[in-house]
Amino acid sequence: MDPFTNLYAERARGMSASAVRALFAVASRPEVISFAGGSPYVRALPQERVMEAARIAIQERGDVALQYGGGQGHLGLREQLVTVMAAEGVAADPDHLVITEGAQQALDIIGKIFVDPGDLIAIEAPCYVGGLSAFSTYQPRYLQVPMDDDGMIVEALEEALIRGERPKFVYTVPNFHNPAGVTMSYERRVRLVNLCREAGIPIIEDNPYGMLRFEGDPVPTLRSMDPDNVIYLGTLSKVFAPGVRIGWILGGPGVIQRAILAKEAASLCSSHLTQLVSEEYLKLGDFREGVGEFVGVYRARRDAMLHALQTHFPADATWTHPAGGFYVWVTVPAQFDTSDLLAAAVERRVAYVPGAAFYPDGSGRDKMRLAFCYAAEKDIDEGVRRLADLLAEEAELYRSLGG
Amino acid sequence: MRVAVLAGGPSLEREVSLLSGHRVQAALAASGHQAVLLDPASGPLVEALESGEYEAVYVALHGKLGEDGTVQRLLELLRLPYTGTRPFACQVAFDKGLAKEALLAAGVDTPPWAIVSQAALRDLGAGAAIGRVADRLDGRLVVKPARGGSALGVKFVERPGDLPAAVMGAMAYADAVVVERRIEGTEVAVSLLGDPAEPLPPVEIVPKGGVFDYAARYTAGATEYFVPARLGEEALAACSDAAGAAFRALGLRDVARADLMVDGDGRPWVLELNVSPGMTETSLLPLASQAAGMPFERLCERVLDLTLARDA
Repeated sequence: MDPFTNLYAERARGMSASAVRALFAVASRPEVISFAGGSPYVRALPQERVMEAARIAIQERGDVALQYGGGQGHLGLREQLVTVMAAEGVAADPDHLVITEGAQQALDIIGKIFVDPGDLIAIEAPCYVGGLSAFSTYQPRYLQVPMDDDGMIVEALEEALIRGERPKFVYTVPNFHNPAGVTMSYERRVRLVNLCREAGIPIIEDNPYGMLRFEGDPVPTLRSMDPDNVIYLGTLSKVFAPGVRIGWILGGPGVIQRAILAKEAASLCSSHLTQLVSEEYLKLGDFREGVGEFVGVYRARRDAMLHALQTHFPADATWTHPAGGFYVWVTVPAQFDTSDLLAAAVERRVAYVPGAAFYPDGSGRDKMRLAFCYAAEKDIDEGVRRLADLLAEEAELYRSLGG
Repeated sequence: MRVAVLAGGPSLEREVSLLSGHRVQAALAASGHQAVLLDPASGPLVEALESGEYEAVYVALHGKLGEDGTVQRLLELLRLPYTGTRPFACQVAFDKGLAKEALLAAGVDTPPWAIVSQAALRDLGAGAAIGRVADRLDGRLVVKPARGGSALGVKFVERPGDLPAAVMGAMAYADAVVVERRIEGTEVAVSLLGDPAEPLPPVEIVPKGGVFDYAARYTAGATEYFVPARLGEEALAACSDAAGAAFRALGLRDVARADLMVDGDGRPWVLELNVSPGMTETSLLPLASQAAGMPFERLCERVLDLTLARDA
């Protein structure tokens, strides 16, 4: 038995084994068509350029690449990241950036520097599950703000503020939301930015997918609308590769000062090697070419998934129509529990993420997240068909039980 | 000796099985065996078994294929000595409905139950009789997938009206479910070892969250265990007797774990038996054997010896 059972911190209480994770252990086997993980299709990257970037980092800059770096991150990379953000209309100064181990560590640092136990923070419902796990370590209370096809329902947040709720910050993924697949409309963005500025509540804008737009015009980032009140989180995971673990925080001097110290406390600095590989990759050519490759692949897969859903799924299911990103968010009739259903789905060799994972209060049992980014198009059709067959059988079972 | 440890596989308990298997493999290696972990889900099993010149197979698979007699039948065909119970008895023990029939026939107390199968619902319109299940069992109910382990898919039903939803949920894990009267009392596991099998000290299970679900089973510290269980001498003896009787009734061999509930009157009710008990850090058989003075390495060695003794 674990001799430290009674010694663990209160914040570690939620860190437990879970049945859903156990099912994913089965779902990761090759014969399972997985719509579960949001893994980028890194094979679409220009391989020669990646190899050249790695060569330069090691052969020409090895003395730097293999050494410790500063906690804020390598200046050369920060300068490149400024150009990455400029592509989305975000103006930034490299001094106002901290490089993190993916945007995931940025979320942890935000939690660390803002949240005391019991503090209220506002999140979207559903919310990115990694955001929940990062923040939950700091023992917040959650204000769940519902979403619709135009993203966060800002009116609901406004009502909560009128009721007297005062969240420490508002966390949002405005573009091609994970898991909901929707994008916050311009009108909502204006309203959110104004509301939060007036109330003195900072916005944490997490924008991993913004550049993966398949159609339509980009909507301005929240950061560009109010640089003083929006802390922006970026990542190279979706525009380059998640394996380099490069993310960042863009914020004002007070935030950045604390974030650097928090970053140093956590890991001294991000891997200097992958920082330099990333810097060289971004310098070797227009990174948007690689993004264009990604967008082509993901758009075709999104189309395949929407077509498959339209063809195979029962009429009483609904789903979002993402204009970018990785995810379709499906709502099935309320009698289904997608957490249980995952066991039967895995038996049929198809996997997804059950909706309950995305709500701190455990709701969302009639939802499922389907990632279209990784499976090939023909597998997407087959996987959706398997899920549809399962839903049809479950519906019959429900009727036979008198439902 | 060259020993293949089978673990992993495609069952829903794959992850738990890998934890069990790695520990068993390490323990056997520490005892001087050439122990190799084989995962049936990661390559052709028959080839691996035949090319490895193994003298024995330790079955650390859990769930479907590993505990239902399937892998045991294959091992018989390959004439490889393997740990634990023979195929048919595995098949019976793994199916909670069949196992309960066998227990009842042998006079072992098991909570009253009913079976609801997908076939009966679909093809016989059995749903119209679902209300009678609740009437007959009278009380709080537990719904369990008829086949499967680690409490995956187990649902507690407080009100009869919630039964259909619980049946639906549990049926995602198996094509039939057991609806069982919930016995209130103390949760106890009795592991059995040897030929003839002897009960190890009963382990009392006190999940901090109240329910011994998947998280409570496999998160260190989420459940408190007491060995021996904090029951009177009489109740402890009754648990051991019931577990032994159940082991014999199902025709199990060498090693198994019986899960029981002891009611307010000190009467044990046998819920089920597991032919490939968990061997993880938080599992019950290793805990019981440790309490009996047999550390994990010796437990694994003993299970293997039982197999070899029979083969010789």
